[in-house]
Amino acid sequence: MQQEYQRYYVPAQSPWPIVGAVALFLIAVGAAYTVIDNSNGEQGFGSRVLGLGILTLLVMLFGWFKNQIDESMSGLYSDQLGRSYRQGMSWFIFSEVMFFAAFFGALFYARMISVPWLGGASNNAMTNEVLWPSFNAIWPLLSTPGGTTTQQMQATGLPTFNTIILLISSVTLHFAHVGLEQGKRKQLTIMLGVTILLGLGFLTLQVEEYIHAYHELGLTLQSGVYGNTFFMLTGFHGMHVTLGTLLLIVLFFRVLKGHFTPHNHFAFQAGSWYWHFVDVVWVMLFLFVYVL
Amino acid sequence: MTKATETLVPDHASAHQDHHHGAPKGIMRWLLTTNHKDIGTLYLWFAFIMFLVGGAMAMVIRAELFQPGLQIVDPNFFNQMTTVHGLIMVFGAVMPAFTGLANWLIPMMIGAPDMALPRMNNWSFWILPFAFAILLGSLFVEGGGPAFGWTFYAPLSTTYSSDSTALFVFSVHIMGISSIMGAINVIVTIFNMRAPGMSWMKMPLFVWTWLITAFLLIAVMPVLAGAVTMVLTDKFFGTSFFDAAGGGDPVMFQHIFWFFGHPEVYIMILPAFGIISQIVPTFARKPLFGYASMVYATASIALLSFIVWAHHMFTTGMPVFAEMFFMFATMLISVPTGVKVFNWVATMWRGAMTFEIPMLFALAFIVLFTIGGLSGLMLAITPVDFQYHDTYFVVAHFHYVLVTGAVFSIMAAVYYWLPKWTGKMFNITLAKWHFWCSLISVNVLFFPMHFVGLAGMPRRIPDYSLQFADYNQWISIGGFAFGLSQLIFLTLVIKACKKQGEPVSDRVWEGAQGLEWEIPSPAPYHTFETPPVVK
Repeated sequence: MQQEYQRYYVPAQSPWPIVGAVALFLIAVGAAYTVIDNSNGEQGFGSRVLGLGILTLLVMLFGWFKNQIDESMSGLYSDQLGRSYRQGMSWFIFSEVMFFAAFFGALFYARMISVPWLGGASNNAMTNEVLWPSFNAIWPLLSTPGGTTTQQMQATGLPTFNTIILLISSVTLHFAHVGLEQGKRKQLTIMLGVTILLGLGFLTLQVEEYIHAYHELGLTLQSGVYGNTFFMLTGFHGMHVTLGTLLLIVLFFRVLKGHFTPHNHFAFQAGSWYWHFVDVVWVMLFLFVYVL
Repeated sequence: MTKATETLVPDHASAHQDHHHGAPKGIMRWLLTTNHKDIGTLYLWFAFIMFLVGGAMAMVIRAELFQPGLQIVDPNFFNQMTTVHGLIMVFGAVMPAFTGLANWLIPMMIGAPDMALPRMNNWSFWILPFAFAILLGSLFVEGGGPAFGWTFYAPLSTTYSSDSTALFVFSVHIMGISSIMGAINVIVTIFNMRAPGMSWMKMPLFVWTWLITAFLLIAVMPVLAGAVTMVLTDKFFGTSFFDAAGGGDPVMFQHIFWFFGHPEVYIMILPAFGIISQIVPTFARKPLFGYASMVYATASIALLSFIVWAHHMFTTGMPVFAEMFFMFATMLISVPTGVKVFNWVATMWRGAMTFEIPMLFALAFIVLFTIGGLSGLMLAITPVDFQYHDTYFVVAHFHYVLVTGAVFSIMAAVYYWLPKWTGKMFNITLAKWHFWCSLISVNVLFFPMHFVGLAGMPRRIPDYSLQFADYNQWISIGGFAFGLSQLIFLTLVIKACKKQGEPVSDRVWEGAQGLEWEIPSPAPYHTFETPPVVK
């Protein structure tokens, strides 16, 4: 530690958390009623409350981050506070890892246990015989015990292309980071811009893949546990890429405004960690959902 | 960052005026606060209110079960009561109470000026009341609230649940976000905010146990979020994660849920271990016996908690190998837990013991939690569990570890640190009444549940066979008495918050050790703005 203690910055009262709490409340109630109305085929107030909630959340995020950036730019922060933010971000990413772990767990369980057992594996011969005697346990599960059929999403083509895009984007983002640390602002701007374009390209191809799945393969969210795990994993991953791209776009504008120094760039570091995390999830996904 | 930050920039000093003075006034103090003591108080009051609300639901359950037959509520409402009682007590009472204690105590114990991320701290508290407003509100919508038990097993929560399940799912999401943010704050505070000299193995055990608890929270709350999300899509979007016709499996729900659920029950007991490890040395006037072994035992319990989840599912028809594995892994947990119990006893051995109120609760904890632990060991034995599964024996077990365990430890903690918070000694007469009434009634309430459970009375059923009637009357009488006893506690806490009582010294308790006892009583609004040096 330093000889002279740098006072830890404890912010004064802030209005943003309570605005954020109201926003989450509106989003939760709105989302719940949107879902309920949807399933009953009714038109209710749910989606409007949801929209209001998202709007409030955006206002809160804008205000909170503006507050945070102003404080950072005026030099209120200490090394110790920087460590708090970095550690906080790493633990947040760990929580995200565990969220994906739940869905990967569901995939592995379905693949290794529930589907084989329905086909009579282990000591479940009678399960198969009594419930669905004509069911064959094959992964990917293209024909469910209940009789829903679908087609497999091939790993070659779009998914492989998307994998390459994301892997390259991780490299370009790394070079942007190197540029920032070495004070090469031009390299930083260009590489960050390229990363954003690659992210947008990934998302576009992902939408195309979904259209292909729904219209040509008949692979939908409802096509049994293969479709369930496929869409939940790639869908939540896609949401994270969207969020990551938005983060990078915000960072891009901050870079253009001349923010960040070689030593003080927590926000950039956080955005970059998040992007690399999203990348690693994709690699796992490509391996376990598409290839194997 | 460089030396530009060694003092605050003058322009911003005005934004910090309340930083150096007392607390701001009025409702805005509480809505906008970034102060760990304010947020701790908010968490504790919220937990107490939820404890009373959840308790009122328990009274409904016990009133219905006072006699066999259906008399007071209809079965669907009864199911809603058992479900929401469980959810409120777990997520609304016990967990926020521990988080409140963490907020108040961890910065004072490690010599930090506040929690590491004060604004996020405010956010993680204030989303909680909204989450419970949604959950409680769902009881009043058409079709009723959640009625599938706090474990929301599929297909009860998917095929057979009411529309309000969507409200349940999103309120659980908010509770999870709150817990994760609270846990991140605790971990970062402990990693990054310790005063110079406060090395890892000098940290008070409450801090250690909370550090490990926070790790468990970040590891498993997202898994709960995944589980509720799959319930939502199964019910509303036509997925079949938990439906065999689509290749899924209802048992898969139980695996995912209990992968969260078992670490979750340690989340509710590890901070309790920390509290007891603070209180016992004070009133035995001896240092804690086996400090290092306490730390290692806590870490072992946490790690083991990830590989025992399926002991909740022995009757689902798992392969025998899996049953054996989960049985032995579960029994292994009694080793580190035993280390803890023996360490507390050894701390008291030949100590200069006195029996102030916190110590009474701590002693009750040690005895009654051990009873709960031993019935847990019985449930861990697979063939025996076949008989106990889903009976009142299980209800007795987890209420011993959660009520006479977690809740008693929270009460012990409140009595122990309340004088430090308010600067005044609480009303000791009321406290004694509270302790003895609670101690006697809680055993009348939960002990006979062992007997009716062993005799085969199933849980979560509003009616029962005639032979269980006598015991159930005793249980209900114990329940009402325990519920009323908590009103004594409420009176006492309100009096304390009004600052009634004798002023106390800084140390409060003669044998108390630790940084929080070095600062004035009541604790100033801001403490350790410059960190102390710990020798």
